[in-house]
Amino acid sequence: MPKVKIDGFEMEVPDGTTILQAARMIGGDIVPPAMCYYSTLQGSGSKCRTCLVKVTKGSEKDPRPMPKLVTSCQTMVMDGMEVANITSEEVQKARAGVVEFLLLNHPLDCPICDQAGECHLQDLAFEHGAAGTRYEFERRTFEKIDIGPYIKLHMTRCILCYRCVYVANQLTDNRVHGILNRGDHSEISTMIEKAIDNDFSGNVIDVCPVGALTDRTFRFKSRVWFLDPMDAHRECPTCSGKAVVWMYGNEVFRVTARKDKYGEVHDFICNTCRFEKKAPGDWVVEGPRSIDRHSVIAQGHYGQKALTVR
Amino acid sequence: MGRKLLIEHAQVEGIRTYEVYRKQGGYRSVEKALKTMSPDGVLEEVKKSGLRGRGGAGFPTGMKWSFLAKPEGVPRYLLCNADESEPGTFKDRYLMEKIPHLLIEGMITSSYALGANTSYIYIRGEYSWIVFILEKAIQEAYANGWLGKNILGSGYDLDLYVAPGAGAYICGEETALIESLEGKRGNPRVKPPFPAVKGLWASPTVVNNVETIAAVVPIINDGGDEYAKIGIGKSTGTKLISAGGNINRPGVYEIELGVPVEEFIYSDEYCGGIKNGKKLKACVPGGSSVPILPHFLINKTANGEQRLMTYESLSDGGFVSGSMLGSGGFIVYDEDQCIVRNTWNFARFYRHESCGQCSPCREGTGWMEKVLWRMENGQGKLSDIDMLVDIAKKIEGNTICPLGDAAAWPVAAAVRHFREEFEWHVHEPKACMERNYGLVREPVAV
Repeated sequence: MPKVKIDGFEMEVPDGTTILQAARMIGGDIVPPAMCYYSTLQGSGSKCRTCLVKVTKGSEKDPRPMPKLVTSCQTMVMDGMEVANITSEEVQKARAGVVEFLLLNHPLDCPICDQAGECHLQDLAFEHGAAGTRYEFERRTFEKIDIGPYIKLHMTRCILCYRCVYVANQLTDNRVHGILNRGDHSEISTMIEKAIDNDFSGNVIDVCPVGALTDRTFRFKSRVWFLDPMDAHRECPTCSGKAVVWMYGNEVFRVTARKDKYGEVHDFICNTCRFEKKAPGDWVVEGPRSIDRHSVIAQGHYGQKALTVR
Repeated sequence: MGRKLLIEHAQVEGIRTYEVYRKQGGYRSVEKALKTMSPDGVLEEVKKSGLRGRGGAGFPTGMKWSFLAKPEGVPRYLLCNADESEPGTFKDRYLMEKIPHLLIEGMITSSYALGANTSYIYIRGEYSWIVFILEKAIQEAYANGWLGKNILGSGYDLDLYVAPGAGAYICGEETALIESLEGKRGNPRVKPPFPAVKGLWASPTVVNNVETIAAVVPIINDGGDEYAKIGIGKSTGTKLISAGGNINRPGVYEIELGVPVEEFIYSDEYCGGIKNGKKLKACVPGGSSVPILPHFLINKTANGEQRLMTYESLSDGGFVSGSMLGSGGFIVYDEDQCIVRNTWNFARFYRHESCGQCSPCREGTGWMEKVLWRMENGQGKLSDIDMLVDIAKKIEGNTICPLGDAAAWPVAAAVRHFREEFEWHVHEPKACMERNYGLVREPVAV
């Protein structure tokens, strides 16, 4: 089994592990952020370039450093590899550059965005972004589109991570949406605004790292940090039935799949569970869900209404 | 006058047809390879010749071929990259238009060396009429037994197809070309795996430029050693250069590598000097994506050595005072040309052609274009100049494919060598507009 050293932490990992996965095994601050990589979607990754790291030593056999920064989500670990992430100034600078590029055309409408509080781009910008922008031109904007009765596509916020395209390709019966056009005018869309209509389409909402795809049954209902996330399950003939219900008192505001520490879903849920089962009796609540990635949600105190709007 | 190996017979009447081409000694290399040589023998000759990829990167072709994985029971493919879309480059078009059979002959010989039984010529959609020229030539080759089953009784089968693209610069990147050929969106793939291991339909694939494949023909005819005698050092053989810009005789020239750049620009054999007797200002020696050279670095390198048309000499001095031979799109600028406007034009091209897959290239190319457009229209700021360098630095090397680098290099080089002109655009917008557009007008509000 190859041994890899990331920012001085050594770890023995199985063959075929990527640097990002190895870093996640070690855990802590040294895990590179990932906006497009999604472990359960085949072929995802390497597009956003936020997970760039410096390989300072290629392997035991070939100790030369790699000439360019590499994407940690795609580069396989070799025995004796040494990687610098937070200890390399070059990596931090490149990452700050990528964050600047990602925010270039992003509307920064967090105060009215449903994703705020659980948005990966928000976290990333908080950690690596600059206080202001150097971009002095009009940002690209799109009309909001309803794709089907449940999902709202707000393309202006999209960072083109392609995750939802992979969901449509791999999880649902037939491919319903993809990328139109090229370059900075490319957009996620369904051809001729066709509705997305299948049992698992709702998962595009969960995989979206920003607020580009949101739940129409939850839009503008509440801020996520006012809600209590609870692990819950139900008997479902279509999916695993394991979900998180977001409650306010006894009321179920929304249902999502269970995301791990890095925002990734392993048990995708069906549209019936997600959009239609919102009566308290529909779900068997197991207990509070611990959310450690998004500090603002984790601050919520279960059982008491600590946060009030003044 | 240098030797011409590729376009020697280009002006012969009717060279497009099979009969005339055969009479001029065509298809000799196929006969020689299939009847007297083994596939490895052909590969050895190409290795000996020192032929380097003519598409831009200059990677040794023999080495590229030897990297091809050869697992049992898996087909191998040779793809010809005829998606020539670089601004300033039009050499492949000339070759395919004039002597289509040369490319087909090269394809047969190269496919034999690689053991490929199906080969494709991926041609850009804008060359729509060349598709018909090539298809007609392929039909003639089939009719005369140079393609199909059991060619020349050697037991070797080859099918050759022409696949037109839909007009995207990015499809000239080899993995995007493969994606496009498979019928998908032309987005470059993440490497590794390289195409030599997993390319077209997950099979080992070699992608070569049109000129590279055509150069295999003289190599097999005369032998690799004979070919290696032409040129200097590691730059062997001849190269097609498509010269354009403010010169007396624009066109496609076949040069022996090692011709001095000064001779190439001023000799009557080639470009014939600067048009209207004006002074030379700058030169882009290898298509729009290579760094621009200012007049004092064209004839001499920074060390004072003579600059030659070779891979090494043109890149002498790295990106500080050098450039690249690239794909051979030689663009010459006289003293009246505006570097800011030219850089904006290139940036606009890259913005339009970026596939939008990875964020630095997608957002950065658009940003650079907007900043340059603002500067060209008299609304620039001094801080924009340093910002352009900074944006270019953040794109370069951080993208999936080389399009990001290709977009960043010309901007960074233009600012490096022509900073005064950028500053002049900021300080005196009216004066630069008068020069560029011949009229005095108020700067446009952006």
